[in-house]
Amino acid sequence: MTVQASNLESEHLPDPTGAPESDIAKIAGKSPTKLAMDRFRRDKLSMISFTVVAVYVLIGISAPFLVKFGVLDPTGFNKELVDPSTGGLPIGSYGGASWDHPFGVEPGTGRDVLSRLLYGVTFSLTIAISATIIAIVIGTVLGIISGFTGGWVDSIIGRAIDLTLSFPQTLMLLALSSMGVATVAKFMPGGESDNLPNGAYVVIVLGLFGWPGIARIIRGQVLSVREREFVDAAVLIGASRRRIYFKEILPNLWAPLLVTFTLTMPAYISAEAALSFLGVGIIPPTPTLGNILRSSINYSIGDFMFFFTPAFLIMVIVVSFNLLGDGIRDALDPKAAR
Amino acid sequence: MSDQQLPMVGGMPGDDPTSRGGERLGAASQFVETERPHSAAQAHFDAEPILEVRDLRMYFPVRSAGIIRRTVGNVQAVDGVSFQVPKGGSLGLVGESGCGKSTTGRLITRLYEPTGGSIEFDGRDISKTSSRGLKPLRREIQMIFQDPYTSLNPRHTVGAIVGAPLLIHGILPKDKVLPRVQELLEIVGLNPEHYNRYPHEFSGGQRQRIGIARALTLQPKLLVADEPVSALDVSIQAQVINLLQEVQREFDIAFLFIAHDLAVVRHFCPEVAVMYLGKIVEIADRDSLYDRPNHPYTQALLSAVPDVRQAAVGGRRERIRLEGDVPSPINPPSGCRFRTRCSLAQEICARVEPPLLQIGKRHKVACHFAGELGHHPERPVTASLLGVDDTGTPDPGASPSIEVGNDPGYADTWFDLQRKTMAGA
Repeated sequence: MTVQASNLESEHLPDPTGAPESDIAKIAGKSPTKLAMDRFRRDKLSMISFTVVAVYVLIGISAPFLVKFGVLDPTGFNKELVDPSTGGLPIGSYGGASWDHPFGVEPGTGRDVLSRLLYGVTFSLTIAISATIIAIVIGTVLGIISGFTGGWVDSIIGRAIDLTLSFPQTLMLLALSSMGVATVAKFMPGGESDNLPNGAYVVIVLGLFGWPGIARIIRGQVLSVREREFVDAAVLIGASRRRIYFKEILPNLWAPLLVTFTLTMPAYISAEAALSFLGVGIIPPTPTLGNILRSSINYSIGDFMFFFTPAFLIMVIVVSFNLLGDGIRDALDPKAAR
Repeated sequence: MSDQQLPMVGGMPGDDPTSRGGERLGAASQFVETERPHSAAQAHFDAEPILEVRDLRMYFPVRSAGIIRRTVGNVQAVDGVSFQVPKGGSLGLVGESGCGKSTTGRLITRLYEPTGGSIEFDGRDISKTSSRGLKPLRREIQMIFQDPYTSLNPRHTVGAIVGAPLLIHGILPKDKVLPRVQELLEIVGLNPEHYNRYPHEFSGGQRQRIGIARALTLQPKLLVADEPVSALDVSIQAQVINLLQEVQREFDIAFLFIAHDLAVVRHFCPEVAVMYLGKIVEIADRDSLYDRPNHPYTQALLSAVPDVRQAAVGGRRERIRLEGDVPSPINPPSGCRFRTRCSLAQEICARVEPPLLQIGKRHKVACHFAGELGHHPERPVTASLLGVDDTGTPDPGASPSIEVGNDPGYADTWFDLQRKTMAGA
């Protein structure tokens, strides 16, 4: 019954469907991932939100280069474009919009709003992505260990989740911000007033307080996956614990992980904006969507254009990410009711 | 060849490639070895045992709710089970749901650590081996799972699933794995070109074949088949059973075959053990067990199997109906565990646990009133052997005349139920 492996190339067993020789190359199966992507592509709303998110990411990546090559100028003052007699409001309608400054200029300083917004997307997304990744990595590792090991390990991680969730993180973030930033600054280049420690502080706090929800989701998924017999089969073929965690269980978790990622991102983008409003995080002149919005609050009546644009950009990215998350969930789990 | 009456007997029909009959049969037999018809598996009674299980026990603790989780009881899933599996042979383990047969299988593959007893595999006790020490053992004992829909990781290709054991144990270098995987797929009757397909693209029977290929990858000496066909429909069951018989013959693998389908077990296993509530109540070679069952539970189980021959004759066999449910394994009945549902039960059954008494050359039964259907004795046959009177109270006058052991194998002498004396071959 055994067959020499070398014969396999030339002598195929006749395929039940009678596929001709030329089709043999296409015999590779569609993975569950590929099937989900096909479903995703058929959903218009998902594709639109995906496009919007992709545009934002593209902006976020390219803005620093555009700034470097002088296309965008987010920090240069244009005092001649603002009118000191009106308290620094831009000269001209729509916030001083012109061909040179399509979205107008900043009141008081005359900095180009479009440049600041595009560059601000870079920082907002960087903060949100870093915090999300920290939260997901911690949440996933602890969730898998908790769900698979069970027993007292599970209890301890469960209590840690409860404790973290019950902690008033926003208050701590505010109350300890100066001390926290100073602590972070010790491990980083730059002083306390620099933006790197400020941003890192926000990322670390958001990440460290964001993992419990993710850990709970992952733990629940692991509990259902580990009861399936392929985990027992992996134990029986002598797989190490690490292989079981990361090769057998983790690939079955990436559907909930992807959804969690796309739903945590918008939460952190708006969290960054809210924290900027409260005075924590990256401070001007380095722009983020949050601190631009904060500085525009005072001009919500006098210069509506300046107030509207950052708020609109934040709204669009948050809504798009949420729709994208929903679309991914529908694509990955077609049986779930909408 | 057209005038040949039994084309399946005289070797491969395709021996004569020019005959039309040969072509037809050759096409039908492309996956299935037809040199030997798929008759019932034959016994290997004289072979050395590869697996010897002695007094195996598995208690799952039941803990109270709350912070201090005291153990308030034990689920006695397996309680003192002993048996042998000969090299290249197969032992069937039957019983209703929850009787501990799957737990027994998982103990032998060491997915669970037993509470007590020993599992001697190939001469060494593996019941207490640490999880690190088990790794070499994993090459020797493999398992086929019941549900082909959950036993294959949906995120891995078939090639990855079947090839994983080779990589984990470092048996073959990476570039040699694929040819071996394709060879294995061919052995189990799958298209070797399908190695990069995913499990969801296969039917239940094909998935079970993939599971079998994975189990064969390490060339084990013992396969624990935990209800390997009960999730498949009947026509596919036959194919998979035939495949298992082929691999058993080809690679000389011993099987512990766990099932609740008595007909499948009869076909596959020359020796069968019947379990009830964590204990073996009757163990015997196929003919003794199916033709002359001595335990009332075995008799009830067998009477529930539809009989085609009986249907042809007309009329109905008497069916033994068991009243009530299986008692809880947390608090099993005293004495004989079957007494709550047994029509023969008397006082002694509640007081004294019946020993697994050898009553034939290869036949053991655990019942005080062991006997063929309709010929159960009036008085407990075990009373004199155990040194008790007929109600089960210890009899100071009598002395126990047999060692009430729980040995896995068979002795040369046994207790003859007719003559009520010890007999020998």
